[in-house]
Amino acid sequence: MAAGYDYEEAPGTYDDANRQDVGYDPNFVPDSVKSFVVHLYRHIREKNVYEIHQMYEISFQTLSDRLFKDTPWPSVDAVAHYVDNDQVFCLLYREMWFRHLYARLSPTLKQRIDSWDNYCSLFQVVLHRVVNMQLPNQWLWDMVDEFVYQFQSFCQYRAKMKNKTEQEIALLRQFDQAWNVYGVLNYLQAFVEKSNIIQILEQEKEGGEQFTATDGYDYSGGSNVLKVLGYFSMVGLLRVHCLLGDYQTGLKCLLPIDISQQGVYTSVIGSHIATIYHYGFANLMMRRYVEAIHEFNKILLYIYKTKQYHQKSPQYEQILKKNEQMYALLAICLSLCPQVKLVEETVNSQLREKYGEKMARMQRYDDEAFAIYDELFSYACPKFITPSAPSFEEPLVNYNQDAYRLQLKLFLYEVKQQQLLSGVRTFLKVYSTISLGKLANYMEVDETTLRSILLTYKHKTHAVDSDGKIISNADLDFYIDDDMIHVVESKSVKRYGDYFLRQIVKLEGVITDMDRIKLE
Amino acid sequence: MGRETPKQQQVSYTVEQLVAVNPYNPDILPDLENYVNEQVSSQTYSLDANLCLLRLYQFEPERMSTQIVARILVKALMAMPAPDFSLCLFLIPERVQMEEQFKTLIVLSHYLETGRFRQFWDEAAKSRHIVEAVPGFEQAIQTYAIHVLSLTYQKIPRPVLAEAINIEGLSLDKFLEHQAANSGWILEKGHGRGQLIILPRNEFNHPELKKSAADTVPLEHITRIFPILG
Repeated sequence: MAAGYDYEEAPGTYDDANRQDVGYDPNFVPDSVKSFVVHLYRHIREKNVYEIHQMYEISFQTLSDRLFKDTPWPSVDAVAHYVDNDQVFCLLYREMWFRHLYARLSPTLKQRIDSWDNYCSLFQVVLHRVVNMQLPNQWLWDMVDEFVYQFQSFCQYRAKMKNKTEQEIALLRQFDQAWNVYGVLNYLQAFVEKSNIIQILEQEKEGGEQFTATDGYDYSGGSNVLKVLGYFSMVGLLRVHCLLGDYQTGLKCLLPIDISQQGVYTSVIGSHIATIYHYGFANLMMRRYVEAIHEFNKILLYIYKTKQYHQKSPQYEQILKKNEQMYALLAICLSLCPQVKLVEETVNSQLREKYGEKMARMQRYDDEAFAIYDELFSYACPKFITPSAPSFEEPLVNYNQDAYRLQLKLFLYEVKQQQLLSGVRTFLKVYSTISLGKLANYMEVDETTLRSILLTYKHKTHAVDSDGKIISNADLDFYIDDDMIHVVESKSVKRYGDYFLRQIVKLEGVITDMDRIKLE
Repeated sequence: MGRETPKQQQVSYTVEQLVAVNPYNPDILPDLENYVNEQVSSQTYSLDANLCLLRLYQFEPERMSTQIVARILVKALMAMPAPDFSLCLFLIPERVQMEEQFKTLIVLSHYLETGRFRQFWDEAAKSRHIVEAVPGFEQAIQTYAIHVLSLTYQKIPRPVLAEAINIEGLSLDKFLEHQAANSGWILEKGHGRGQLIILPRNEFNHPELKKSAADTVPLEHITRIFPILG
């Protein structure tokens, strides 16, 4: 089992609380913070989305870096009177406050519980009251993303029962509703339902509604908050279901979003990456390798082309991390389903650089190969969780790795079943026809075993897609006529049509540019 | 029985609705359990409902019924080639999977996944109590076997087919006649070695039938250059 899998975050103990408190006065509000909240509050009231976005994305980061590197922001009580004690603004401020805390420090159990309470209050307001705000998509995505992240973090934290203090156990018992899985799922589901987002997307296809065209923003005087939260909650649900190991339902939750097109999910890079990462991973676990390769290829190319524009952004590190993880997943997919022609040139060369050697070893299917599958899977997989409440009976154990161990075990089991296919592929590449007897000889198995192996090859390379249809993954295929194997190689056809189209458009562009030049 | 049937239909309609509209709700657990039993007795199947139940068991392990879980797994096995069996396993805790009946089911799945039909039928015969509890099991596996054989063979020797679907002798003759009459199978005399069965043509055992989409250019792409051409 790869040793590297451990949740990066240190457990929140009371020592950390003390560390937080050193030099931290929750009631001290520097002038820059006062100015920040006053302006942000005004921009929100005036629905000035651009300014809100600037302050949220840039000013908040700058102030955090300068003043709150390792302490929390001032408490909400200290700033409330600068913003008319506005309830909604305070909930939003607290959301940012906790997010900053999780990012820079280690939350204590009490803080985790308080953050849950804050989300509940904030979400109740959005779901049950008419909220007259327009917030930037970045912020709304971050809310959903952070909500799921804190849930994941809490489950990991709670599952480490061994070194819990008495106070922590008492708190856990007392606040057993905090971050319970039903609550998390039902909030996300409530957003999807109350926002009517599924119907909106349906009607948009028929031209009845405007949503994607306006990036989710409401230009007729209303609010985008509920709709966009509903939209991003679909990605949130995909993510939670992946954490639970339910890939089928996760993909179902994402279904209303058409990932073959641009959409609101691509308007925020974090959302784009999270969507495709989980979509690809779910397809990998469902053995739909071609679909996973297809999507990973697209997003890796996109990141390659655009990551330079995000260098200053607070999400940059996360983007790079997910990029590396998806290369690892792509390496796994291609080792199980060699379809190199699906991978674009740039992505392929990156892949070779990072994992070329490992991929060669994975396809040998020996003990070393399994160790590499283990390593890559453990590196790239989501942080699976055990959603049920812990047993408080002695002896207290850590069970935070149970969920991950199960998914890894089942994945490696699948890899093992495909072990003999690599050998078959090698032979099929060399022959156009070969008798079963001869091939059995070369592979040092009896004919009956060979027939089983060939059936396995067919079964594993012909996946069942979401509509129940059979799709062939095989780059190399065959059929058997009595006792003769006839090999069929699917020729990689050069896509002349595409090439000509691209060149035509390019030439037209050059001519247009030339026309614009005025000669002296 | 006659009066019960409409009520049963009403319950299953409601359960599907529940799963679609209110799946994260511990109160529907008994309905979902009943629904599993109903799927077994009426030879129907709903992966979504069963996954919903397995999730609820995951949320509240004390309420898990291993008997129900075993039935779900058998139904999932019957859904092959769909990967439903592994999808269910992803949601069942490891310590539960270590129990005897689940180890057996996993072995059965393994044999089916790797085309080892003879070993499968041998093991299934030893585990009658598990598999005979679910009507339609045998036929479902035979359908799967024929599916994989149809991907692989244009012509298949009789003994190979017999072993895969676990039918021999006169029963096999009857079976083959039925398939020839209704599913386009052709029975041929092999060269001295016995009967050959020609399976229906499809794009997987007859690659020439595969539509090559590789070099077609979709119309939407051509519309991009209409302004240039025009």
